[in-house]
Amino acid sequence: MFDPLKPVSPGRRTALGILFFVVFLAGWAGITLGGIVPPLFLADPLKAAKSGVELFTEYGFAGDVGVTIWRVVGGFVIAAVFAVPLGILMGAFKSVEAFFEPFISFARYLPASAFIPLLILWAGVGEAQKLAVIIIGSFFQIVLMVAVIVGGSRIDLVEASKTLGAKRAGIVLRVLLPGAAPQIAETLRLVLGWAWTYVIVAELIGAQSGIGHMIMDSQRLLDTGQMIFGIFIIGLIGLISDFLFKQANARLYPWYFIK
Amino acid sequence: MSKLRIENVSRVFPGVRGGEPTRALEPTNLSVEDNDFITILGPSGCGKSTLLRIVAGLDQPTTGQVLLDGQAVREPGPDRGMVFQSYTLFPWLTVRENICFGLREKNVPDRQQAEIADHFINQVGLRGFENHFPKQLSGGMQQRTALARALANDPKIMLLDEPFGALDNQTRALMQELLLGIWEAAKKTVLFVTHDIDEAIFMANRVLVMTARPGKVKCDIAIDLPHPRHYTMKTSPEFAAYKARLTEEIRVEAIRSAQAEH
Ligand SMILES: Nc1ncnc2c1ncn2[C@@H]1O[C@H](COP(=O)(O)OP(=O)(O)O)[C@@H](O)[C@H]1O
Ligand SMILES: [Mg+2]
Repeated sequence: MFDPLKPVSPGRRTALGILFFVVFLAGWAGITLGGIVPPLFLADPLKAAKSGVELFTEYGFAGDVGVTIWRVVGGFVIAAVFAVPLGILMGAFKSVEAFFEPFISFARYLPASAFIPLLILWAGVGEAQKLAVIIIGSFFQIVLMVAVIVGGSRIDLVEASKTLGAKRAGIVLRVLLPGAAPQIAETLRLVLGWAWTYVIVAELIGAQSGIGHMIMDSQRLLDTGQMIFGIFIIGLIGLISDFLFKQANARLYPWYFIK
Repeated sequence: MSKLRIENVSRVFPGVRGGEPTRALEPTNLSVEDNDFITILGPSGCGKSTLLRIVAGLDQPTTGQVLLDGQAVREPGPDRGMVFQSYTLFPWLTVRENICFGLREKNVPDRQQAEIADHFINQVGLRGFENHFPKQLSGGMQQRTALARALANDPKIMLLDEPFGALDNQTRALMQELLLGIWEAAKKTVLFVTHDIDEAIFMANRVLVMTARPGKVKCDIAIDLPHPRHYTMKTSPEFAAYKARLTEEIRVEAIRSAQAEH
């Protein structure tokens, strides 16, 4: 059972994964229903589930969820559309890298959330500001990671392509890009996960809708059940989008997953 | 006029971190005629790959120049097909797509690409594996695909850098016969690097022996064995005579190379 690096069967893997959720729920139920933590601080699982149903039936929470998803996806797509090509150019051409790299390395440490007050000044509290937070949070990360991936391409494949007649554009588009594509997709999957944390931060301040806004509202009412349910929904959507991304990658890049 | 002329080509690599520069290749001259199959035999580290990479245009000589059909070589190009010792198939392309890579770069129409690919898939015996990815192939199959990929471009000269070096003996012998068969049929011009004496004799009409580092051509031996060649030739007395001679030549170099290292 504890043989280093020995694979586990798929059935066992699923069972173990579910087991942890059960243990977690049991622990949560234990400390809340058992009275160890007062309900004011932490709602019990049943209360949280009930709050969840109310949220959807009485408070139109589905709308909030939809708004949040669209903000995340919108900001993430805009960031990726510009960041991926720039990252590829930086990875492929060392002079482009030398030009952008120092600034982008600096910019990526600027915390996206710290821009929120400034962005509110510039763009108000509308959708533009929410998208901007996500774009700032994702763009620089994607650029740098894509540049590193492309920069690490196999030089022997580039040389082989040259002896087959590939020129600059052919090398970038038909050697570097397809070779790096699966890892770029993995990077995007990772950054999409981070985008979820940025959107919630953006929605905690100056928002009229969205999951983050709902959580803020619930805090005012000291409704920990709703708060927990909101957090749970974020985790659930993250899990689903991650799963979809993984499936898409396995389908798009079958060669990468051959053992 | 010679197909390929190597004129006074040498290569010195700058020293690593202030160390001594490496003289990888002493000034080397060589004329390759049309349809020549030349094998270059030498101990490891004597500059065989360096020479081939310079001919391919992947590396620049410190002195001298390489002329292909009278034109100076400046950069890599599809007129010089290369097969590397390491596996360099594009892992995201199938066997067929790998073979078509050069044709696609030349914008050859799809239908013609398919015909050419079919021809070479048959020739290297990969029928039934066209849609496999490189990771799904054995080493021998990967090198056959690499060979087909280079041949599909119809290069003026083929440069092969120990293409069968990583293969087991049986597979290697089969690959030798396969390549020789292709050469006998298509009359390509070939420069073939190896450190295997049998392989050097069996494939070649000329064997060049290189000295230990810094490498230069030590002798140039014509191999007058009839074609088509069959593997049984490797046990003939004529073959044995060539082998005895080359073994002696290469032994001296191997000893020198070992002494230089210790
Ligand atoms: N890029 C390089 N930088 C420095 N030294 C190199 C480089 N490439 C090859 N060499 C050196 O040149 C010599 C000849 O190498 P190589 O042509 O690969 O030999 P061979 O193919 O005959 O085994 C070796 O000593 C090697 O260490
Ligand atoms: Mg070599």
